[in-house]
Amino acid sequence: MEAAQNLEALVKQLALLIDLPLDRDLQPGVVEQFCQIAAIAQLVMEFPVPEEIEPASVFEP
Amino acid sequence: MNLAYPDATRLAESVRGQEVSAKSVVAATLARIASYNRSLNCFTRVLAESAIAEAERLDRAIAEGQSVGLLAGVPFAVKDLFDVAGQTTLAGSKINADRPPASQDATLIRRLKQAGAILVGTLNMDEYAYGFVTENSHYGPTCNPHDLKRIAGGSSGGSAAAVAAGLAPITLGSDTNGSIRVPAAFCGVYGFKPTYGRLSRSGTYLFAASFDHVGCFARSVRDLALTFDCLQGPDATDPVCSDRPPTACLPHLSQGIAGLRIAVADDYFVQGAEPSVLAALEQVADCLGVRQRVIIPEAARARAAAFVITAVEGSNLHLADLRQRPQDFDPATRDRFLAGALIPANWYVQAQRLRRWYRDQVRRLFHQVDIILAPTTPCVAPLMGQSTLQLEGEEVPLRQHLGIYTQPLSFVGLPVLSVPVHRPGQLPVGLQVIAAPYQEALVLRVAAALEAQGVVAAPIVEPPPNP
Repeated sequence: MEAAQNLEALVKQLALLIDLPLDRDLQPGVVEQFCQIAAIAQLVMEFPVPEEIEPASVFEP
Repeated sequence: MNLAYPDATRLAESVRGQEVSAKSVVAATLARIASYNRSLNCFTRVLAESAIAEAERLDRAIAEGQSVGLLAGVPFAVKDLFDVAGQTTLAGSKINADRPPASQDATLIRRLKQAGAILVGTLNMDEYAYGFVTENSHYGPTCNPHDLKRIAGGSSGGSAAAVAAGLAPITLGSDTNGSIRVPAAFCGVYGFKPTYGRLSRSGTYLFAASFDHVGCFARSVRDLALTFDCLQGPDATDPVCSDRPPTACLPHLSQGIAGLRIAVADDYFVQGAEPSVLAALEQVADCLGVRQRVIIPEAARARAAAFVITAVEGSNLHLADLRQRPQDFDPATRDRFLAGALIPANWYVQAQRLRRWYRDQVRRLFHQVDIILAPTTPCVAPLMGQSTLQLEGEEVPLRQHLGIYTQPLSFVGLPVLSVPVHRPGQLPVGLQVIAAPYQEALVLRVAAALEAQGVVAAPIVEPPPNP
């Protein structure tokens, strides 16, 4: 319960930080989506990618 | 091939040989679209006038003995995110309807037209390609021609359903996480996503640039090969389009599968699939004499990373509109776009690093095998409005999970063809034929071998006519 409230507060703060207005009626849906993404992102973040592996994005000057 | 509805290859032969006129082919196509499109809702625009004019021009050229292309007189249609000169590219959105018309055709449309094909319209999709269902709140859902109560899949749902119902022999679509392969599987047609960067995306409305691919749908493997060969080639106006010279696939189609090392993807790629999907996979593997199994390592994490990167890149693309007019987004995509805009940078960068690690693992795997087989979707086409899916006994949100088997493959840009397993009287099932990067010719050879044995096929569906 506390974690859910924390995420809701975090979503509001992050939206403020990037100047993204979140109407009250949109907030529950966005929080739910953010929770889903956060759960999925754990699969990425917990995996120990070797230090020498660079990001896959490529830029050619 | 059904003689009443010839494939594109046969149609073009007939037009070039003056057995039929291009105008009569286009007129028949427009009549079929008029008969069925209100039932199916595949087309967002039908370009009847320009198509007839182009067909008449082509017929005159043939009568004068001029050389015409390999797709002469073949009608085609495109997902509504390809620029069509003089038309506004909607990308399934209400927001983009405010934009000016495109000044020129997308590169791939130009290439098909150069080959003599005739554009007949634009096709329905999920808003901004963010979905696997094509239940678009602005333009209505596209129905599955096999059962109008079921979804066509997405996001290229109009492209797949139009081919399945014989409204066009060839269509173009895009695939970021499975948006060609998923609807191809649900509608029972071939859906081909070549290697990332193989085909130009120039003049298409992007979604998540790291993964955006374009590709094609058809009812025969030779049509796919012919179309793909016409579409290939470098394009300086797409920053990820490969400089590699085109590799013609059509001449190699009949080489068969002798000597090819083929394996079934085990572990992640068979978990959660319905029994009917697994049975279709076994049927195809048996037909090819495949006994080997391989494990693509960390596929679940690959899918997770694809999910994060897609959310970040898609949201960033639409940030201005998310700030100014969130009410104009499709409710089905809006909350995901808004949430994606808030993702911490570390999640994104880690996901891009995982992508490179995973690519190296997959490359190594292709030292052992040439082709990998896997299901395209875990289930047959769900019902319209269905919101959840049973996956390994757990109820999960449908929209996010239809791509569980497609996302880990487009994540590293592999060429993949979803082939329709022939199951008369039952809903279609699609299987993915997967190869190493740039080995499209191998994918098409395997599909041609399966097609020759009658194991995969895409017969025309006769949906109920318009109400």
